[in-house]
Amino acid sequence: MNGIHDMGGTHGYGAVEPGDAEPFHDDWERRVFGITLAAGGHLRSNLDRGRYELEMLPPRDYLAGYFERWFARLIKAGVALGFIDADARAAIERGAAPTAVPRDHEPLPAAALRHVARTGRPVSRPTGRAAAFSVGDAVRARNMHPRTHTRLPGYVRAKTGTVVAWHGAHVFPDSNAEHDDENPQHLYSVSFRATVLWGPDAPERDSVILDLFEPYLEAPP
Amino acid sequence: MNEHHHQDPPSPMALRVKALETLLTERGVVDPEAVDAILDVYEHQVGPHNGARVVARAWTDPDFRERLLDDATAAIAELGFLGMQGEHMVALENTERVHNVVVCTLCSCYPWSVLGLPPAWYKSHAYRSRVVIEPRAVLREFGLDVPERVAVRVWDSTAELRYLVVPRRPAGTGHLDEEALAALVTRDSMVGTAVLPDVTGGTGT
Repeated sequence: MNGIHDMGGTHGYGAVEPGDAEPFHDDWERRVFGITLAAGGHLRSNLDRGRYELEMLPPRDYLAGYFERWFARLIKAGVALGFIDADARAAIERGAAPTAVPRDHEPLPAAALRHVARTGRPVSRPTGRAAAFSVGDAVRARNMHPRTHTRLPGYVRAKTGTVVAWHGAHVFPDSNAEHDDENPQHLYSVSFRATVLWGPDAPERDSVILDLFEPYLEAPP
Repeated sequence: MNEHHHQDPPSPMALRVKALETLLTERGVVDPEAVDAILDVYEHQVGPHNGARVVARAWTDPDFRERLLDDATAAIAELGFLGMQGEHMVALENTERVHNVVVCTLCSCYPWSVLGLPPAWYKSHAYRSRVVIEPRAVLREFGLDVPERVAVRVWDSTAELRYLVVPRRPAGTGHLDEEALAALVTRDSMVGTAVLPDVTGGTGT
């Protein structure tokens, strides 16, 4: 979707603050991070869906702050899945603990979560299809504007670059976010010259490299 | 965490998050001990010291450096630093001619298993929006002026590959062992928003 999250190359957000270097500003941010990871599959079907949920927040909620939007995502998921009814939502908004809550789930135990953190969840997958492109090929990012989740940023669409690496097939975020369908696709690192992306005033030597799935790419005309 | 947070009255957000955690705990959706455990992993165990060990090994062991640049996931696994948000690693070596810098313009992808959780600036709208269109200006805000003769490569983490920049080894470190070298490697130098200063005289830092 062409949402507020697709920030590459946009203007108006001011200077970077290198001194703002801690991962968390406040204790509640730590808890939101921890709750999101500890809730795991109870609140979202997969990583891509989780990102899509953030992108679908109204822009003002998205821009409210990093862990503010993670909190908004938790509330939204809780409402959608029936964990949070109207009364509970009002209570949370007031900062009061909801009452008379049934225990109807089994949480992920601490040891299991530690294990996942240390082992990860690879997303490379076998595929029977041959890769359409090779390292060194010129490729053009498609001029596509899906209303659903995609990892093709707006700033490279319809631009031509060069394949610099091929990574085999990985879970395809577009279908995984939408239908829980892993639908593995070949993944390439594609290098775009800064002058192609940003015009002739950009430094001639500079480039931007993105990891792009085969359905995002076509042979240039 | 600053001490004053424990003395101030809780903010509205702190109260809302507490209420939500209570609800999800009673419901059995989260175990608060699991919340504590995942924070313990990323606040006390996994962090930039992992990445620094990878870099120092690459500086001192040419075979490891070659394996790292060829297949970073396997090379990093040798040191035991795989995990969530580090399942598919790529190492980017800075040279006299190339400076690499990493971003995620679409969200906040970052190589947790070697660098821990991202600093707030990495997740900021300013960094995400600007570093692809004006990387040299952004790097100057970090105090880094990349010479015109050096190519800047910006890596936008749009899939599940996670990038670790291997900074150039500072001059004056020929006498240092791997552990002492690792102590010189900063988080920002492994994201690409800093380079490491040469070591002069006997000061070492």
